[in-house]
Order: sequence, then structure tokens, then C-alpha cells
Amino acid sequence: MPDGSLLSVENLSAWYGEARALSDISLEMRKGETVTLVGRNGAGKSTMLRSLIGLHKQVRGRMTFGGADLSRLSASQRARRGMGYVPDDRGIYATLSVEENLLLPPAIGPDPWSLERIYAMFPNLRERRRHPGSKLSGGEQQMLAIARVLRMGATLLLLDEPTEGLAPVLVQQLVVLLNEAKEHGVTILLIEQNLRFATAVADRHYLLVQGKIADMLTNEEVRVREHQILEYMGV
Amino acid sequence: MSVVQLFNGLVTGSFYALVALGLSIIFGMMRVVNFAHGAFYMLGAFGAYVLLDSWQIGFWWALILAPLAIGCFGMVLERLLFRRLYALDPLYNFLLSFAVATIIQDAMRLRYGAQGKPYRVTSQLLSGVQHIGSTFYPKYRLFVIVFSILVCVVVWFLVERTRIGMVIRAATEKPDLTRALGVDVDRWITPVFGFGVALAALGGVLAAAMQQVRPSMGEDLIIVIFAVVVIGGLGSIAGSVVAGLAIGVIAAVGEAYYAQVSSTLVFIVMAIVLLIRPAGLFGSVEGA
Ligand SMILES: Nc1ncnc2c1ncn2[C@@H]1O[C@H](COP(=O)(O)OP(=O)(O)OP(=O)(O)O)[C@@H](O)[C@H]1O
Ligand SMILES: [Mg+2]
Repeated sequence: MPDGSLLSVENLSAWYGEARALSDISLEMRKGETVTLVGRNGAGKSTMLRSLIGLHKQVRGRMTFGGADLSRLSASQRARRGMGYVPDDRGIYATLSVEENLLLPPAIGPDPWSLERIYAMFPNLRERRRHPGSKLSGGEQQMLAIARVLRMGATLLLLDEPTEGLAPVLVQQLVVLLNEAKEHGVTILLIEQNLRFATAVADRHYLLVQGKIADMLTNEEVRVREHQILEYMGV
Repeated sequence: MSVVQLFNGLVTGSFYALVALGLSIIFGMMRVVNFAHGAFYMLGAFGAYVLLDSWQIGFWWALILAPLAIGCFGMVLERLLFRRLYALDPLYNFLLSFAVATIIQDAMRLRYGAQGKPYRVTSQLLSGVQHIGSTFYPKYRLFVIVFSILVCVVVWFLVERTRIGMVIRAATEKPDLTRALGVDVDRWITPVFGFGVALAALGGVLAAAMQQVRPSMGEDLIIVIFAVVVIGGLGSIAGSVVAGLAIGVIAAVGEAYYAQVSSTLVFIVMAIVLLIRPAGLFGSVEGA
């Protein structure tokens, strides 16, 4: 593995039955990098994250994380090696309290956040820590889902559209939060439709079109080609 | 309706609650609609009978030993059989549990015959009757009510207030995501299955003294228990307990006023509940 590489994907393809959702994806992420996947609905972004964490199993190709071959690891082993997954539906447990939602994943890695630190960052969650997860607003659920993988101490965050449906002020808070995580060396792979947000937090971007990587772009290129990219994404 | 009838209803309801609780936990975590649960209940009763008949080991020890042994037997079955089918449609495990139930039942029939066997609780403490207001009620039956409710409370505490309970609830609600969050769900599957089986066996031990111990006793119960679990909400712990007790009492009321419909009453209640709340009293659509 190249120096500093944390995640490496070579020729990853994924299927749903006969239908192919990803074709020969290859990408590389260095430790501490933040990278986005952009692409229109149905491009295969969520499938990509689900394949990495091990929830989508109909895959072919090579994936390594910290040098370990992921095909040999179950989803829970991948998580315990440091992958923190935030699904597109947030995955908040209705039958667990807010605090239990935070405490469910085992604390791993060099830097699991303490509950205190989480609550200092998200006073809303502290206030509602005894409430069932289902009683939170959409924005609070989003924050809880991200707080949960930080509490776990994940070193690679896999975030599926974290800003979707968030009020602008919460999006700002998320920028601050992700930047703080980055300062602590956390690596982030996120799916993002909001290009402003994407360029505010990420170092580079993969453009996914019909299950293939069509392009890799820097922040500068995204700004210059914004119109073209938005058209690609069908926004 | 008299106090005695009400208490009889509660006794029946206590069995329902205990057995439904185990069924519900197993369904929640493994998605196995365990038809063999009635057979495990019956094995519990036979466990008590055999302990006394062959080794002169009395009720109090049976209350511990029989559920323990049958819980272990359940864990073996989970390891050898049920585990292999989790990846398939849950229907396969339902069919498997049906086969297991039939085999266990027929094996017991071969060994002990279809005839009922009497079981006597030897404890002095539990013999005789207790004054309740102006009537008397058997002490043993009162014990069954109190003890069952106590067990249900302890199970509730385990599920709601401990780390393993949290894992059970999480895996019941979102099994795949729970794994993807680094929880080793599979490590808990065998013990949880064994625990559910042990609860059924515990119900069987309690029932042994109140009815004849016979191989078909689980078969009769399991259908009603399915209705109880559906009424309470599939996979809901509180739902099984509340529905179990309620159905016991409702059946007793039915017995008192309309004896002809008393055995159908539970299914009528089930139909009504399903019409009003398809997920059951305590069920959520996600939880089911
Ligand atoms: N469970 C499924 N069964 C069958 N096909 C699926 C399933 N989930 C996704 N697909 C298909 O796979 C392709 C990729 O879907 P995916 O959810 O990865 O897209 P996405 O880029 O995340 O889209 P969105 O922006 O809408 O979230 C789509 O064509 C979709 O229809
Ligand atoms: Mg998606």
C-alpha cells in the first residue's frame, strides 16, 4: 500500500441481483483526507458506502482498510477496525434512548469521544438523553448519528448525505464539527449533493456517474465547473 | 365474576406471559417464529416430573435445574440447526421449528406414553390455602402468579437496563446496522435463544403441578401463545407480558359467562386488535 494510504479500492463492482450498481471503481484515500462522492440519484453512492462497511455483500473487487483485506472481515469487524458508518436514513434506534444510541457501538480506536465532549458539542442531545431516539427531530437525529460514530472513536467516517434536510445553521455546525474531527486526524468519505458544503469540508471529490467514477476534482475545479457538475447531478 | 375466577385467570395469564416472553425475545432477535417453544414448555414439565420420579428431587430444585438443562438443550439445537437457516427466508426456520416440535413430542410420547402423569409439589410452604377476603385460594397458585410476575420484571430489567439488553433491543430493531456499528450480535444469539427456551421450560415446571404432565401439553398451548404474541406486538417484551396476563383474565371471564366461546375468545380478541392496531398493542411497524 502506498505511503499513508488508509483506504484503497480496486476495481470494485457491485450488483443487486442481475443489475449492476457499481462498475470497476478504484479509489484511494490517505489518512486524514476528506473526500466526497457526488453524483445524481441512483448513481451508486450509497451502494459504495454500504459495500465498504460490509452491508452490501454482492460485490467483486479488492478493498483494503489500514492494510487489511476487507473481504475477510464481517461488518462488525470492519466497524471495530475503525469504520464509522452513518446511513442515509440516520439509523437511529427508536427503542433505545438517545444516550443508549450513543453508547451502543463499542468504543475503539485511539480517540473515542467522551459523552461529556459530545454533550458539550450538542447541548440538545444532553437535554434529551433519556428520550427515545424516535422523539428527536430530523436534524437532531442527524447529529446523533454523527455523534455516535465520533463517540465510537472511528478513524474513517462513512457519511451518507449528512446535510440532507438540515437547516442552514445546522449545516454550519456540521462544517465546524467535521473540521474538528479532521484536526484529530479522522479520515472522512462523505456523500454530498450540496457543493458549497462539499467544498467547505473536503479536499477532493469523485464524480460518480452510473456506477462509474467519471472524474476526480479538486475544490478549485468544482468551483469553476459548478454549472456543469450540477447538470451532471441533475440538480 | 368471583375473585377465584379472576385469580384463575391470572394464573393462566402468568403461564401465557412467561412462555410468550421467551417466544417474543427469540422472534425479536432471530426472526424465528419458534413453533418448538411449546415443546420446550412441555419438556420443562417433564423435567420436573422426571427429577421427582427418578431422583426424588423436589420442586424448588426443579425450578432451577429443568430450565437450565432445557435452555442448554435449546442452545445445542440453535447451534446445530436453527443457525444454518438465518440467511434464508424466516419461513424455513418456522418449518424447522415445526419439525423439531413434532420430533420432541413424539419422542416423549414413545418414552412416556400419551397418558398424563401427575406431579406433586412437595414443598410444605406451598401446600394448603390462603385467605383472600371471604374466600380461600390455593397457595401454590398464588405463588405461580407472584413468581411469574417477578420473573417478568427481572427480564424486563435485563432487557431495559443492561448492556446485553440494549444489544438485544438494537438487534431486534435493526439487525444489520447493529452489526455495522461494531456490535458482535452473533455472539449473543445462542445465549439469548437458550434464555428464551429456559423461560418456556420454567413455565412448564410451574404448570406441571396444575395439570397432567403429558407430551401434548405444549401443542395445546403454543397456538394460544402465538395469538398472545401477535396481540402484544411481535417482538415486544412488555406487549407479551401484558397481553399474556390480559388474555388469561379475558379467557377466565369468557369461561364464566360464555363457556361455549371461551376457547375462541382469544382469537376474536386477536382479530379485533389486528383490525385496530395491525402491529399489535405494543408493536411498532419498524419493530415488527
Ligand atoms: N435494494 C435494492 N435493490 C435493487 N436495486 C437497488 C437497491 N438499492 C439500490 N438499487 C439500485 O442501485 C443503483 C444505485 O443505488 P444507490 O442507492 O447506491 O444510489 P445513490 O447514488 O445513493 O442514490 P441517491 O442519491 O438517490 O441516494 C440504483 O440504480 C438503484 O436503483
Ligand atoms: Mg443514496
